[in-house]
Amino acid sequence: MKILVCITHVPDTTSKISFTDNNTKFDKTGVQFIIGPYDDYALARAVELKEANGGSITVLNVGEAETEPTIRKALAIGADDAVRVNAFPSDAFFVAKQITKVAKEGEYDLILMGRESIDFNGGQVHSMVGELMGLPSVSPVMVLDVEGNTAKIQREIEGGKEFMELELPFVAGCQEPIAEWKIPNMRGIMSARSKPLNVVEPTGDASSVKAETFEMPPAKGDVKLIDPENLDELVNLLKNDAKVL
Amino acid sequence: MSALAFVELEEGIAKKSSLEAVSYASSVESDVTAIVFGAMNDGEADKIGTAGAGKVLHVSDDQLAQPNIMAYASAISEAMEKEGSSLLVLAKSSLGDPVSARVAIKTDASLAANVVDLPDTSDGFKVKCSIYTGKAFVINTLTGDKKILGLKKNAVAVKEDGGSASVEKFAPGKSDEDFKVKVTNREKATGEILLPEADLVVSGGRGLKGPENWGMIEDLAKTIGAATGCSKPVSDMDWRPHHEHVGQTGVKVSPSLYIAVGISGAIQHLAGVNSSKYILVINKDPEAPFFKAADYGVVGDAFEVVPKLTEAIKAQQG
Repeated sequence: MKILVCITHVPDTTSKISFTDNNTKFDKTGVQFIIGPYDDYALARAVELKEANGGSITVLNVGEAETEPTIRKALAIGADDAVRVNAFPSDAFFVAKQITKVAKEGEYDLILMGRESIDFNGGQVHSMVGELMGLPSVSPVMVLDVEGNTAKIQREIEGGKEFMELELPFVAGCQEPIAEWKIPNMRGIMSARSKPLNVVEPTGDASSVKAETFEMPPAKGDVKLIDPENLDELVNLLKNDAKVL
Repeated sequence: MSALAFVELEEGIAKKSSLEAVSYASSVESDVTAIVFGAMNDGEADKIGTAGAGKVLHVSDDQLAQPNIMAYASAISEAMEKEGSSLLVLAKSSLGDPVSARVAIKTDASLAANVVDLPDTSDGFKVKCSIYTGKAFVINTLTGDKKILGLKKNAVAVKEDGGSASVEKFAPGKSDEDFKVKVTNREKATGEILLPEADLVVSGGRGLKGPENWGMIEDLAKTIGAATGCSKPVSDMDWRPHHEHVGQTGVKVSPSLYIAVGISGAIQHLAGVNSSKYILVINKDPEAPFFKAADYGVVGDAFEVVPKLTEAIKAQQG
């Protein structure tokens, strides 16, 4: 089984978010970058599927040279080789176009990625890749089992889940509990250094969505503490002050 | 110019978040058509009209009665073409998100997700979108002739001053390609208020000590008409189902009031609730980080405070 896993290079979930250059650029100062948490689930499931069925895993990132340590980590976790499309991932359409180009050349059985990136949270790329390739796309996937050429999937929906069956190949946006995150071991880290990481140049597809400026939410005021012996006051505040009851 | 709004039905009833999409569309374009799939209860078309649509395209094809991402994307693209819609508005959901991305490719449209406000059209078409899991916003400029906006809940209020909507049958073309994914079963909590749709949410954390203690959370939720949620450890330990997990890697909610009981407030949990209008935290640890993100706080034992709060609300409800 040939699996393509697309990963994002995003700020750690505990990062303080701020912007520079007149609020036009993300401030990377002091920020640690990681494999997107949802992408990490996709990668972990790919490693399990490879262990069970054999095959290979290619990891793909659309990003500038600074993302290579993140890609190496994915190689240490269990991908066999990597492709980096040398471009800033400006928006979902642009990234989907890059993935589609690599995916078409590789003829993969499965194209996995996270349900969304945790920077822009669009959750669009997997569905766009599916549409661009003429393949089904399913997201968010919580269970992915493959038997022969058929996959059984559980997709989360509001208040429950959907059970699905479909033939390979397809695109899936993954989330927990599809697999447990894998922590690279020493052997993985050592071997990752010598695994191939190919850098390719992007296609020239211009996007029609442009991020102009960034804003922070207004600062939160102080919490109003209410005595646990005086909950009537709390009900009153919720009813008449906040007007939410 | 005209706009199309995709309205999702939940057991025959238009979802509130979808009515917000209709109202949003009618604030941008004067001519709004809604598209719905499957059996629609009596009176729902009127609700959609009141929210701002002049017409409802109703797809009653049995094969399209249940959600199908690819077939819905094809049908909606066809409807946009037929109606000459330059704008598609829909609510963020497990169906809306993938459908909108596919329609964007099919129709060559500019797509913005997690839109939180009406567009600024004074210079081009700019929309404000939530990013970094609610920790920041981006202003996006959309330059495509066609535009698709996926709305975060509460981006706009549902209008109540629209007119009546005419209902027109719509039978979109179907392709076998769109039915490659077989939905074999669907498990869904019935009669519950769905978490992403809820205006009020009561969530419990590890402080509740075990799934057997969820009765008081459910009582409080039932009393105020809220959905129930939980923190990640709680769903990881299988105390509660995964679809109730609120946070960075779970459901992101934006209710009017979020009540957190026995949740310390890890940054990953806050990421899922920071779009809430008001936050009430009940925790016995005064140092719990959640209090810093809260509007109201009660420092006390959840096992005493929650039942008392439920009683106090009931007493005032009369």
